[in-house]
Amino acid sequence: MSSDGFSSVAGTSAPHSGRQPSLVSSVFEPVAKLVVGFFEWFGSLGIFSWQVMRAAVTPPFEWRELIRQMDEVGSKSLPLVAMAGGAIGAVLSMEARSSLSRFGAKSMQPSVIVYTVVLEMGPIITALVVSGRVGAGIGAELASMKVTEQIDAIEASAINPYRLLAATRIMACILMLPLLTLAADACGVFMGWVTQTLVAPVSLRQFINSGFSGATFNNFVPPTFKTAVFGLIVGLIACFQGMRTRGGAEGVGRAATNSVVLSSLFVILADVVLVKFILVFFP
Amino acid sequence: MATASEITTRHGQLEEAGSMPAIVVEKLFKSFGSQKVLNGISLSVGRGETLAVLGRSGTGKSVLLRIVIGLEKPDAGSVCIHGTDIAGLALDQLGDTRKKMGFLFQHAALYDSLTVAENVAFPLEHHRREMSQSQKNERVKQLLSEVGMDGHLEKMPSDISGGMQKRVGLARALALEPDILLLDEPTAGLDPISSGEINELVLKLQQEHQMASIVVTHDLHSAKTIATRLALLDKGNVVIEGNFEDLQQSHIEFVQEFLKQS
Repeated sequence: MSSDGFSSVAGTSAPHSGRQPSLVSSVFEPVAKLVVGFFEWFGSLGIFSWQVMRAAVTPPFEWRELIRQMDEVGSKSLPLVAMAGGAIGAVLSMEARSSLSRFGAKSMQPSVIVYTVVLEMGPIITALVVSGRVGAGIGAELASMKVTEQIDAIEASAINPYRLLAATRIMACILMLPLLTLAADACGVFMGWVTQTLVAPVSLRQFINSGFSGATFNNFVPPTFKTAVFGLIVGLIACFQGMRTRGGAEGVGRAATNSVVLSSLFVILADVVLVKFILVFFP
Repeated sequence: MATASEITTRHGQLEEAGSMPAIVVEKLFKSFGSQKVLNGISLSVGRGETLAVLGRSGTGKSVLLRIVIGLEKPDAGSVCIHGTDIAGLALDQLGDTRKKMGFLFQHAALYDSLTVAENVAFPLEHHRREMSQSQKNERVKQLLSEVGMDGHLEKMPSDISGGMQKRVGLARALALEPDILLLDEPTAGLDPISSGEINELVLKLQQEHQMASIVVTHDLHSAKTIATRLALLDKGNVVIEGNFEDLQQSHIEFVQEFLKQS
């Protein structure tokens, strides 16, 4: 996050030579800088979001670039997301078995695995994996283009860089995250069954019937589509960090790191809000 | 081959005919924080004319060029391209004006994920959608042939030298047949032979296309070769404007020092 303009906000002036800064100002100054930097960052993000949204809804539309980005975000993330989902399903199965045995509720294991994977673990793990792979990739790519003037060259060629570069990537993330989540869920449930079958054999059909018994639309569809919001967060923050980069190679590295860290953080925070939203509107 | 002075004569004839200058910059001011970069600059460039903007590093030469293409907004002043003031226009309003302008960046700014041919085709893919693919391919070959890069269509920018990247950048800048050409330090970082080749290429393209051009450079030899007029900047102001002889005859200390050190 950037921070400047402290003195105009806090109304203080630079200390006179020979006078030691007071304890209050040495504590207050960094906090005020942080607060100012916080609001500056969100303000800049708001302006960026507005420019991208305007570009996304006005022609000419960059369909070819959108499809290319959907391939980049979707099909190239699929193996990693599938592996992560499968691993989560296996771990859940092992942990759930030992916990449920203590309460004599081993028969509930399929439901526990299915509900946990589909409601929460599948979406959040998918978003965090995509944030790491795609967020870092987009942040680094756009940052590299920024510092080498390629984005300026696009703009000088009378092409809107917000439409060509940012809107396409953000749309690709929004569209692909729910599909990747379904893949992660499927792998998680499947590996949950495999892990259980190794200990106490049960058919896949029985496992699925037991796991999904009593399930309704509200149980599964809203949690899957909340990942579209996660996709928006990952794409938006990665593009924002990349396109405002300064400072050469160091700036590119910082953009990639910030893209992952900030998008992961905001995905987790958004999950809290979205879960409450789903519980209220899809009880 | 026509010399720069013959091109000047042609420009004089155009002025007598009453044609409006293609680029008119009036009282341009630009600061970055407390640092004043442009301090009320005014200049104009007509069709077929090449203005070389000279000066020390950090005197705002590249900023001037970026303001003319609209990549930076001035704090005050106007930038008229074919009579339209673009200084206050938003991104989406600059499209039509920018299609008439070509810009060669200091480091070429080629798109590193595209081949040489794809880089040159990029503006055509977005702005000449009525052209068939074979017409676009033909145009790309023609442009690369003009700049002597027709044997490198499938190479990536990282596979070619800095001088070759500049040639490809020049071909890309000419893709939409612009009326105006802006060149930011076209010979920066090049050896003397490559610099000479770029100068000859720019002069040849000027003769053929008769564009209004602004060349930003600190290379006086390059400026003398390709420009019909020179403007020397210092501390955000135009210190002197004219042909090379005017600079040589000037009694201004800064001008004499600049010529002596070049």
